Amino acid sequence: MKLDARVPGGPLADKWSRLRNDLKLVSPANKRKRSIIVVGTGLAGGAAAAALGELGYKVTAFCYQDSARRAHSIAAQGGINAAKNYQNDGDTIYRLFYDTIKGGDYRSREANVYRLAEVSNAIIDHCVAQGIPFAREYGGYLANRSFGGAQVSRTFYARGQTGQQLLLGAYASLNAQVAAGNVTVRPRTEMLDLVVIDGRARGVVTRDLVSGAVECHVGDAVLLATGGYSNVYFLSTNAKGCNVTAIWRAFKRGAAFANPCYTQIHPTCIPQAGDYQSKLTLMSESLRNDGRVWVPKAVGDQREPGDIPEAERDYYLERIYPSFGNLVPRDVASRNAKKACDEGRGVGPGRRGVYLDFADAIGRLGEHVIRARYGNLFDMYQMITGENPYRVPMRIYPAPHYTMGGLWVDYYLMSTIPGLFVLGEANFSDHGANRLGASALMQGLADGYFIIPYTLGEYLAGAKLEAVGAGHDVCRSVVAEVEARTAKLLAINGSRTVDSLHRELGMLMLDECGMSRTAPGLTAAIEKIRSLRDSFWSDVRVPGEGADLNQELEKAGRVADHLELAELMCRDALQRNESCGGHFREEYQTEEGEALRDDQNFTNVTVWEHGGGDAPPRQHTEDLIFETVHPTQRSYK
Amino acid sequence: MKLTLHVWRQRNPADAGAFATYELEDVSTHMSFLEMLDVLNQDLIAKGEEPIAFEHDCREGICGSCGFMVNGVAHGEQPGVTVCQLHMRHFKDGDEVTIEPWRAKAFPIIKDLVVDRSAFDRIMHAGGFITVRTGSAPDANAIPITTENVEHAMDFAECIGCGACVASCPNGAAMLFVGAKIAHLGLLPQGQPERAARALRMVEAMEREAFGACSNFRACEAVCPKEISISGIARMNKDFRRVALAGPAPARGKRR
Repeated sequence: MKLDARVPGGPLADKWSRLRNDLKLVSPANKRKRSIIVVGTGLAGGAAAAALGELGYKVTAFCYQDSARRAHSIAAQGGINAAKNYQNDGDTIYRLFYDTIKGGDYRSREANVYRLAEVSNAIIDHCVAQGIPFAREYGGYLANRSFGGAQVSRTFYARGQTGQQLLLGAYASLNAQVAAGNVTVRPRTEMLDLVVIDGRARGVVTRDLVSGAVECHVGDAVLLATGGYSNVYFLSTNAKGCNVTAIWRAFKRGAAFANPCYTQIHPTCIPQAGDYQSKLTLMSESLRNDGRVWVPKAVGDQREPGDIPEAERDYYLERIYPSFGNLVPRDVASRNAKKACDEGRGVGPGRRGVYLDFADAIGRLGEHVIRARYGNLFDMYQMITGENPYRVPMRIYPAPHYTMGGLWVDYYLMSTIPGLFVLGEANFSDHGANRLGASALMQGLADGYFIIPYTLGEYLAGAKLEAVGAGHDVCRSVVAEVEARTAKLLAINGSRTVDSLHRELGMLMLDECGMSRTAPGLTAAIEKIRSLRDSFWSDVRVPGEGADLNQELEKAGRVADHLELAELMCRDALQRNESCGGHFREEYQTEEGEALRDDQNFTNVTVWEHGGGDAPPRQHTEDLIFETVHPTQRSYK
Repeated sequence: MKLTLHVWRQRNPADAGAFATYELEDVSTHMSFLEMLDVLNQDLIAKGEEPIAFEHDCREGICGSCGFMVNGVAHGEQPGVTVCQLHMRHFKDGDEVTIEPWRAKAFPIIKDLVVDRSAFDRIMHAGGFITVRTGSAPDANAIPITTENVEHAMDFAECIGCGACVASCPNGAAMLFVGAKIAHLGLLPQGQPERAARALRMVEAMEREAFGACSNFRACEAVCPKEISISGIARMNKDFRRVALAGPAPARGKRR
């Protein structure tokens, strides 16, 4: 497999504008004749479908939810970064680029990240024009807050519901295109396979989740914007329906998968309460602006937090990282929380938690200020735990939240299958080994509004695409495969529920391929995953039928794919003999316990190609060339 | 604690449907309501029965997927929450809990507790947006907006489109939902150019669906998980009246 990232030449700051000068254009008359399939209607997919509709393409957008407005981007709380420098605090496009590259532990592509920072400002402009009610100062101008991993204040926000407002903005623009007749939305429709004809992505096979009908939809290009795969861990902050199926099916049809082991475990989530737990709830990282993280100094100290005197508390982030303190990046904060709990200093039921204490901030600023900043988050915490965080410190613990890995894409966001583009969290491109807060919304919207509308044209103008219909032989055979798989899942009729198998997979992955990994652990995990996969295919019970709404069947198909992905994640983590960002191999750490990169051997992207059938996947690498920044050990001290 | 559940079971839109009763022995007070149903569903599958179908996704009160009646109240009796955020600590040992889907002509039942809310999307398609071509916006700070207006707009923009307002209205009206969007966009300077057209199109689209009219019963506001005020309905009526009474705006500018 040849990997050509197609990064344009020239100085870093000029690459994108120079490329835009050279990109081929599709004439307005021809755009009408081009049909584009978009899978997923979150920030990346919704924005792409809307922007492509505005250009005049015929777009069909698919989502598994009952409405395009419900994609999981909606749950993002904290904010969206942009290099506006409205605060006059020294921010520039270069600084946003640099912080993102550094935050990603020098494992992302310079040119992609620079472009992301470059288009960030246009995103804010567009969102305000859409009517997104971002927070404002009393003079009527936009407000900003600061976020982990940055020393400037560049995050735009709408209360604690920034993702909701941005998604509803994209949904509104999508609706305008539905009204204009350019976009058709197909809700309650799940992509179950990719159609590749003559080496090009030409369509998808979907299942109508209400009628069970399996259908093929063909087009001139396919865009996957289907999010991440944190639900491989069963318990995560993702919505219950989030899944890897679309990109995994594409992987099995030839799209390469990059850095599957790069996952982000978010530091500020509400700890698990019991065995029945179905998901974990994230509390925005912005809380770390005013909250102080601590655990008791003494191992096994079970006193109530209020009974532990100041001198017997360990504000460990402030102690270890005096310059960034509680605002260290997510991977650093998570790892330190785990370490404190592993040492026996954890708090709350099960002792898997640390305190996030607002007493000082309330004393300094008054309760009303804290309420204005975080009121909805505090309410949410109280609703879930029954505890009042204005009075007692919150308890938090890390939870799987985001996956930096995803399908490999070049600078044009095209995968290794021509005509298959991958946007947002589903691709691997911009966050390296760790994503900074408020960067996911930025990337999703950058890809959808401001990158794909340009780069897609280059592909369409340059490709000779023969007309294909849904009756094409390849379409028919992929439909038959999907139907056979559904029938197989329904026929097993074993003794274990989908959830019980998924939960077992999740616990295994969290232990062995979560916040810290070891070679023996990963090796053993691969064997266990294989045997769990055998149990699934011989003993799962999927009740009901295929020809109506069957939520267990939907889950079963997704878990089957997570069971395959999990093995690839472990393989990837096993071969990356270094620690970087969210990937922490215990064998590779500094004397102080920080991640120890191996730039000599691993300044690269690991790219996996499906081996075909049961053959092992083939490993490739894309070397990362740093022309502008010089990788150093990340220090937040 | 022990609970007795009476749950609406309906195989498909054509099925008449009926309540089924389930006895739960060991419900933890820390569970969410949906986790309680998850546990019941695991038991049903083990017994060879079909699990209860209910809509859910984010399970943190923001996606708007979940929603059904708990003892006759949309999302249950706790104010300001969706049913995924309702916790079992609000129930007590021995309680009987009746669970049924949204009942509204405009929301046909698909299965068990799952209903079809696509009518909401169709109203939004008609005008729930500001027309702005990607790339054409001025600098985000070009137009200052008072914090008062932006916060007020945000109060309406928080709507999650769950449908509790419709299900709770004796007329099955969608006016809180529609009013929220009209108020959100109408309070912002960016929303002014299309304000009249938006009200006209959205109200007409709403009337094409099987929703009823508002009679100021205010049940919608009482159950809304985002506590959206019916003042949005007043704003909608005002915008609609202005355009409906005045008739279509005369074309301006020279005709060539």
